Amino acid sequence: MSDRLFTAWLQLKYQKIRFLIALSGVIFAVIIIFFQLGISNALFDGAVRFHQGLQGDCFILSSRSTNLTDLASFSQRRLSQAQAFEEVEYVNPIYFGVARWKNPESRNSWQSIGMIGFDLRHQTFDLPGIKSNINRLQARDTVLFDRNSRTEFGAVAEQFERDNSVITEVSNRRIKVVGLFELGTSFAFDGNILTSDLNFLRISNREKGFIDIGLIKLKTGADPENFKLKLQEYLPQDVQVFTKQEFINFEQNYWQTSQPIGFTFNLNVVMSFIVGAVVVYQILYTNVSEHLKEFATLKAIGYSHQYLLNIVFQQALIIGSLGYIPGLAIAIFIYKFAQQATLLPIAMTWQRAINILVATIIMCLIAGVSAVKKMKSANPADIF
Amino acid sequence: MNPITICQVNYYFGKKALAKQVLFDINLDIEAGEIVILTGPSGSGKTTLLTLIGGLRAVQSGSLCTLGKELFQASEAELVKLRGQIGYIFQAHNLLPFMTAQQNVQMSLELNQDLSSHQIVSQAQEMLAAVGLGDKGNYYPDHLSGGQKQRAAIARALANQPKLILADEPTAALDSKSGREVVNIMYRLVKENHSTILLVTHDGRILDIADRIIYMEDGRLAQRKTFL
Ligand SMILES: Nc1ncnc2c1ncn2[C@@H]1O[C@H](COP(=O)(O)OP(=O)(O)OP(=O)(O)O)[C@@H](O)[C@H]1O
Ligand SMILES: [Mg+2]
Repeated sequence: MSDRLFTAWLQLKYQKIRFLIALSGVIFAVIIIFFQLGISNALFDGAVRFHQGLQGDCFILSSRSTNLTDLASFSQRRLSQAQAFEEVEYVNPIYFGVARWKNPESRNSWQSIGMIGFDLRHQTFDLPGIKSNINRLQARDTVLFDRNSRTEFGAVAEQFERDNSVITEVSNRRIKVVGLFELGTSFAFDGNILTSDLNFLRISNREKGFIDIGLIKLKTGADPENFKLKLQEYLPQDVQVFTKQEFINFEQNYWQTSQPIGFTFNLNVVMSFIVGAVVVYQILYTNVSEHLKEFATLKAIGYSHQYLLNIVFQQALIIGSLGYIPGLAIAIFIYKFAQQATLLPIAMTWQRAINILVATIIMCLIAGVSAVKKMKSANPADIF
Repeated sequence: MNPITICQVNYYFGKKALAKQVLFDINLDIEAGEIVILTGPSGSGKTTLLTLIGGLRAVQSGSLCTLGKELFQASEAELVKLRGQIGYIFQAHNLLPFMTAQQNVQMSLELNQDLSSHQIVSQAQEMLAAVGLGDKGNYYPDHLSGGQKQRAAIARALANQPKLILADEPTAALDSKSGREVVNIMYRLVKENHSTILLVTHDGRILDIADRIIYMEDGRLAQRKTFL
């Protein structure tokens, strides 16, 4: 049949305006869905970049902690108790909190910044820039600055690269930036600084002995899952123990379920899907209902009902694929733009491009299935 | 074998208590090559009979053979196959508005799996030329006059050289001059192909082409040699 007339296409092509409306419906839906998924993936990835950088096998958190912005401190004794197990290679107390950062370029601009403190003796983080700079944090009132922080914090990276030092104030203490590292923004913080445990306590004015995250490094061969169960059993109920993957899931799950943000993203995706399907349905339905007599005539001259149904489904597929392509192109463009504006790592992935192509086809086929019912009214006995 | 053989056919619209009988004990034989005109008052059942013969409605009782195929209790697939062998001409042209005249004719030819696309194109052109539309192939129906559209519809109906043509008031929507033209073309092509034609009409001006005129009244057939 390949050299036969392409009825579905001829009809679409003949009614250009209508065809364009159907295409814009699909393009609209595709762009919104790409945009929502791009942003939400970037945010959800960003939320756990810190966790992923941690070089530990198990983690202890207070039972009252729900996510990085809501960490309750717990007694460092819990970490020492964990250290007593023979599987443990070392433990590392991590402090995490909010500090007030003064933009070094302007007189009175203070921003909330994420501050991380840890015991410098161990290789705790695997993030770019930490290993080479870690020794500089031995000095009093020194920090590493996250070069992927938002611009509100000042052009710290540029200034540091030029002068090899930046002096500013953090929570009313004079501190010196002695290096740069890379972490990036998240739901919680638009920028980050990293320092030693001692500096952290000084800057934040917190008492010693209470920490926010306990990192446990196991000896090679020890099974984190087993150890986690064992430790949870052993420690009192005031702390919770995670494996690394559980710690990551814990954070993402919080943002996806406990916060309106995850729901909003999902809702937007579903809404655009529905809008796209309705627009395509309207067009397909009109194409059928306006030409019922002519389609019935095709049946009278010997075309099967299936042939008529195929016309509708072919139109659905044509609209879907022709709408997807510009939608994808525009989405890639918007990603570039959004990435520059938000510094979120928004990028097109093959996986997402394919997923949304499939979703678009499904969207159009749903519209086709609904519209094709109308074709039943094309009864060849009624046209005489 | 006669192209149409009808034996004791009754037909009802509606179901059970609401059923209304519109055809009563129809018996009819039409021989190959005959041009038969079916006429009679409005509502007498002419269209209903035509759609039964053409396999567009299910035969409810009796026996009805079209082109040698028994249609009583025939399957949908068999009906689809039969429809492809009949040329239909309607009162409205029913051309697909989004196809050119040429493409509309090709649609009918494409049902014939044996034709190459090259043959389809050239036969469609010949057919359009035969109905006097040789230069209008690339026109969309919207840009053709009523008579031209009906001629394009005839080209579509006759492109496959069907052995049987069923026409329902093909001239009703046309002025008398184009109506006559259309009938003449139909007559010529039917004679060339040795086809059989059953034509429903109220149009007294075209009765002269008939070999035989059948009269229908209140769902019953009566044979007549001349019209009133
Ligand atoms: N789909 C239908 N449902 C119910 N009754 C119908 C239907 N189609 C036709 N009828 C009735 O059947 C009878 C015969 O109709 P039919 O269309 O066959 O008449 P006709 O002879 O073709 O009339 P006309 O010359 O006006 O075209 C009429 O009384 C009509 O009202
Ligand atoms: Mg009628």
